[in-house]
Amino acid sequence: MTTLDQPTATAPTPVTSGDRPLRRELGVANALSHGFLLLWGLLTVLPLLWMFISSFKTNAEILADPWGLPGALHLDNWARAWTGAHIGRYFINSLVVVAGSVSLTMLMGATAAYVFARYEFRGRQVVYYLFVGGLMFPVFLALVPLFFVVRNAGLFNTWLGLILVYAAYSLPFTVFFLTAFFRTLPTSVAEAALVDGCGHFRLFFRVMLPMARPGLISVAIFNFLSHWNQFLLPQVLLQGDESKWMLAQGLFALSVSQGYAGDYARLFAGLSIAVLPVLAVYAAFQRQVQSGLTAGQLK
Amino acid sequence: MKHGKWPLIVTFLVPPVLLYVFFVVSPYLQAFQISTTDWLGYSADANPVGLANFKTLWHDDYVWNALKNNAILLGLVPVLTIVLGLFFATMLAMGGRKGSAGVTGVRGGALYRTVYFFPQVLSVVIIALLWKEVYHPNQGLLTSALHGLGLPAPTWLGDPATAFWCVLAVMVWSNVGFYVVLFGAAMSAVPKEIYEAVLLDGASRFTTLRRVTLPLLWDTVQVAWVYLAIFALDGFILVQLMTNGGPNFSTDVIGVRMYDTAFGSETKFGYASAIGVVMFFLTLSVAVLSLRVGRRERIEYT
Repeated sequence: MTTLDQPTATAPTPVTSGDRPLRRELGVANALSHGFLLLWGLLTVLPLLWMFISSFKTNAEILADPWGLPGALHLDNWARAWTGAHIGRYFINSLVVVAGSVSLTMLMGATAAYVFARYEFRGRQVVYYLFVGGLMFPVFLALVPLFFVVRNAGLFNTWLGLILVYAAYSLPFTVFFLTAFFRTLPTSVAEAALVDGCGHFRLFFRVMLPMARPGLISVAIFNFLSHWNQFLLPQVLLQGDESKWMLAQGLFALSVSQGYAGDYARLFAGLSIAVLPVLAVYAAFQRQVQSGLTAGQLK
Repeated sequence: MKHGKWPLIVTFLVPPVLLYVFFVVSPYLQAFQISTTDWLGYSADANPVGLANFKTLWHDDYVWNALKNNAILLGLVPVLTIVLGLFFATMLAMGGRKGSAGVTGVRGGALYRTVYFFPQVLSVVIIALLWKEVYHPNQGLLTSALHGLGLPAPTWLGDPATAFWCVLAVMVWSNVGFYVVLFGAAMSAVPKEIYEAVLLDGASRFTTLRRVTLPLLWDTVQVAWVYLAIFALDGFILVQLMTNGGPNFSTDVIGVRMYDTAFGSETKFGYASAIGVVMFFLTLSVAVLSLRVGRRERIEYT
């Protein structure tokens, strides 16, 4: 009996249609693909979630059970990081410097790009390629001389120096991107405005700049994130005075001191403080952030 | 045309050019000049020594060790990142297909993209410090998970045999999400009919990816390759903050070498600039090579 049963049980599959195994294969692949997607999602989220949860635990809890939940919400970790480790001060320092540097980058980048895109004059190509050529050079190459250029200008250990350097090194990409963007804007509007007696400066600020808004936003987000995340330049140009440090430097110092003090909760709280605003910006402007950053890559 | 164009050109162009020449162009030019001196830092005397720095560099085992690590990163990070990125992007774009009902995205695709992309907006400093804790040999996430399962755990960043691979894994981790979104955007520009036709012809997923998706996305993949290659030649921040090149130089990269030479215990600015010049030519040739080797006929679809 059993020997007879076996073939009949498997028989239906080939009989019905050739579509069936394909569909089953796809079903398995579907479950698999969901599995892989979920796995990578977990891999991405888990370290960050762990950081947030640990920032509310006591050091004893962190040492005893790294995977456990906090017994109570220990907000004092955050207070220790914010004031005790001066993360609050560094946070505001970074905010001031980045606000300055992004504004300066956008102003200089937009004006230069506009000239390259809309005006004909001798030597335009040369100056344009001087800017764009900077895209190919790694910052590393300039590091040593830059240190002395900044020091000789009396800008070493100053925020102004950092702002000017951030802006200068962001110009190649900003000019490149915005020149291409200004070129896509229709010329008819500008010509009509000029015929109507609008001056060149007014034309730029009143007509062209508002028209270029989508491009400006993309490149501003790109610059904001790259300035906010900068570590190498402040590490070299803002070495001495601790009270002037950027957030990245403060976090690094916190991590180093944690190695001796063993205050893990404070480190996790400090990292969380640094992550939260970025998370907020990302949640609010997700589409623009993604398109801004990927446009930066695709050009 | 009341005032003419010149006042605008001058006011708009002169400040950016000055700023750029002062802080960017002049340091780059000086770097080449400094690399041919024996300048030891803060003192004023720098004697021209020709190519002596480059000769020392050629025989510097630490530099070669760092370059070897960069070469391994260059060989692995772009491939792993691009393969994973394409894989997940394909899953998200087509994972939801059922039988012959057409090509549909997976459910919750937007959420996946949002989550995957997040490491890209985080500062590399935060990523480095967070993963340093994840890899902590006692109360780290990984060690305690393995111990919880009753398995022995390596010391991760503390062991010269594993440290390098731990750093490499973080590099891939932090980049994959970005390329999922990038490739996803490129894929959405490919007409769906192409995929539906391929599906009707009974092609497997892998064949679809290799024979259809990859050729259609070739331009994007190539750009990704160049950027990841440049990233692999750098890797400075992650390495400096996670391991500082150790243990026993097992994770050293050329960027850390240069930083230590210039701003470490000794300030050999001449020699550090020579390393910088070498890095520049390496980056440039890797970029040009990958653009050359990868050149194919462009496929256009409307």
